[in-house]
Amino acid sequence: MMSEQQLQQATFEYTLRLGDDALVLGHRISEWVRNGPFLEEDIAYGNVALDYIGRARMFYGYAAELADDGRTEDSFAYTRSEREFSNLLINELPRGDFAYSQVRQLLVDIYANLFLTRLLQSKDATLAAIAAKAIKESRYHLRRSREWVIRLGDGTEESQHRCQLALDDIWGYSHEMFEMDALEQQLADAGIGVDVSSLRDDWLVQIREILAEATLQLPADDWKVSGGRDGYHTEFLGHLLTELQIVHRSYPGCQW
Amino acid sequence: MTPEEQNFMRKIETEEKIEPKDWMPEAYRKNLIRQISQHAHSEVIGTQPEGNWITRAPSLRRKAVLLAKVQDEAGHGLYLYSATETLGISRDEMIAALQDGSAKYASIFNYPAQTWGDVGAIGWLVDGAAIVNQVSLQRTSYGPYARAMIRICKEESFHQRQGYELMLELCRGTPEQKAMAQDSLNRFYWPALMMFGPHDSESAHSARSMQWKIKRESNDDLRQKFIDQTVKQIEFLGLEHPDKAICWNEARGHYDSGEIDWDEFYAVINGNGHCNRQRLQHHIKVHEEGSWVREALAAYNEKQKARKQQAEANKSNQNVA
Amino acid sequence: MTTENLELFEVFIRSKRGLDHKHVGSLHAEDPAQALEYARDCYTRRSEGVSIWVVRSADIVASQEDDAESFYDPSDDKPYRHATYYQLPDPVNNM
Repeated sequence: MMSEQQLQQATFEYTLRLGDDALVLGHRISEWVRNGPFLEEDIAYGNVALDYIGRARMFYGYAAELADDGRTEDSFAYTRSEREFSNLLINELPRGDFAYSQVRQLLVDIYANLFLTRLLQSKDATLAAIAAKAIKESRYHLRRSREWVIRLGDGTEESQHRCQLALDDIWGYSHEMFEMDALEQQLADAGIGVDVSSLRDDWLVQIREILAEATLQLPADDWKVSGGRDGYHTEFLGHLLTELQIVHRSYPGCQW
Repeated sequence: MTPEEQNFMRKIETEEKIEPKDWMPEAYRKNLIRQISQHAHSEVIGTQPEGNWITRAPSLRRKAVLLAKVQDEAGHGLYLYSATETLGISRDEMIAALQDGSAKYASIFNYPAQTWGDVGAIGWLVDGAAIVNQVSLQRTSYGPYARAMIRICKEESFHQRQGYELMLELCRGTPEQKAMAQDSLNRFYWPALMMFGPHDSESAHSARSMQWKIKRESNDDLRQKFIDQTVKQIEFLGLEHPDKAICWNEARGHYDSGEIDWDEFYAVINGNGHCNRQRLQHHIKVHEEGSWVREALAAYNEKQKARKQQAEANKSNQNVA
Repeated sequence: MTTENLELFEVFIRSKRGLDHKHVGSLHAEDPAQALEYARDCYTRRSEGVSIWVVRSADIVASQEDDAESFYDPSDDKPYRHATYYQLPDPVNNM
C-alpha cells in the first residue's frame, strides 16, 4: 500500500507524462499550420493542434498544483531537458508527409479514445474532469483521422503507398502505448490511472477494421521500440525541444 | 449610360449593396476581383511570418493564442476567397495568379518576423492597420465582401489586442525584453503606415474604387486615423515613438507626422524585401506537396461513386429477377 | 494550397436553437461529409453554431436580377397583405 504522499507523487509523475504526450504531439501537429494540402485542412488540423496544447496546459496545470512548489505549466514545458520528458515516442516522431501524420494520428486517436474512456472513471476527480473534456475532442479527431486514412489508403497508388510506408515505419512505436511500468501499475491498482495493457485488443480490432477499408496491410509485430516514459528518446525530441524552448531559455526568469 | 448602368449606379448612390447575380460593369467586377483576392492572398501569405513563431512561443498560453490567431488568418483568407468566388472566378485561378506574380499580396508580409517582439508588433500594428481599413470596408458596395469584412472585423479585434498585450508584457519585463519591444516597434511602425498604400494623389486604383464605393475612405484618411490612435498606445507602453516628427496639430485635430520612405515602399514591393522570394516559394512548395493528397481525394471519391452505382445496379437487377 | 478537383459548398449555420439557418459563406471539399466537417472547423471556431447545413453550390437554383420585375413587383400592389393596411379603431387596434 502506498502512503498518501507516495500516491500524490505518483499521480504527479503520471499527470506529467500525460502532459508531455499532449504537448509533444500538439507541437508536431502545429507544424502543419500554413503547410496543409489546402486551406480548409490547414484550418481544421490547426483546431486539433489547439486541442492538444489546451490538453497539455490542463495536465501541466494539475501537475503544478500537485507539486505545489512554485513550478508552473511553463516550467514543465520549457525548462526540462529531453531526459526529463516522459512522453511516448510515437508522439515525438517528425510530422513527415501528410500520410505519415494522419496514420500516426489514427493510431493515437483510437488509443486516446480508449484511454480517456477509462480515465473518466479515475478516482482522481481532476484527471476524470480533464478526460471528460478531452474525450469530446478526441472523438472528433478520430472521425477525421479515420476518414483521412481511408481516403488516402483507398485513393491513388501513390497515396496508398505513402500510407503503407508510414504505417510500417510507425508501427513499432505503437506497442509502447500499451506498456505498464511499476508507477502505472500502482496507479491503476489505486483506481487513479488506466491499465493500458488491457486496451490493445480493442485498439487492434478498430485498427484492423479501418485498415481493411483503407486497403492497407497490418504490419507484422516484428520490431518495437520503447523508453519514452523513462526519458529514453529518439533523436527527434532534442530538436523539438530546442525549438520549443529557445526563447524561454534565452531569457531566464522572464514573464511572457 | 445604358439602363443597366443607370440601375447599377442608382444602387451605388443609394447605398444598396450589389449582389453576385446583379448586373455590374466589367471593370467593377475586375476591380473587385483584384482587391478582394489580393486581400485573401494577404491573409494567407500573412500566416507565414507569424506561423514561423508557433513552435517557439515562449509560454504555453502565448502558443495557444498565436496558433488560434494564425489559424484565424487562414480562415479569413477562406472567407475572402469565398467572397471572390461569387464574382465568377475560381480559387484555383486566384492561386495561380498569386503564384505567377500577377496577383499581389500586402507587401508588409515581405518583412521578416525576426524576434518574438515582432509577433507582438505584427498583431498590434499590422493587424491594427488592417482593422482600420477593414472597418471602413464593412460598408463596401459589394455585398459578399461587406459581409466577409463584418465577420473578419469581429474576429480581428482579438488579434490586435493580443499583440498589444504581448508588447505590454515585454515592456513591463526586463530591460532586455523592453529593448526587444522597442526594436520591433521601430522596424514595424513605418511598414505598417505603408500598408495604407501610396498617397491619394499617387494611387492608381483609388479614384474609381471610391466612386464605386468599393473603397469608402481614402488611403491618407485611413492612415491618419491609424497614426492618431497609435500615439497614445506607444506612450502607454513607455516606448519611444519611431517618428521623431510626430506632433499634435491643434488646428487640424490630428497628428502631423514625418514623411514615409516611399523608396523603401516601392523597393520592397518590387522584390527587394527580405522575404519576397521565400513567401511565394513556400506557397508553391506547400501547394505542390499537397497535390498527391488532393489527387487521392478525387480518386477515392470516384471509386465511391462507382461503387454506389454498382450497388444500385445490382439492386435493380435483383428486383427484376 | 489549391483546390483543383474539390467542389464548392455553401455553408448555412443555425447560431442557436429557435433561429433559422443562415448563409455564412462557402468552402471547398471533396464530398458532403468532408464539407460538413470543414464547415465545423472553418466557420464555428467561436461556438457560432448549433447546427450546420452544407449544400453543393452547383445545386442551388437562384433567381436572376432580370426576373426581379416579374417575381417581386407584382406583390408591390397588394398592400392588403400587410397588417398595417387595416385601420382599426384605437380600442381594438392592438391586434
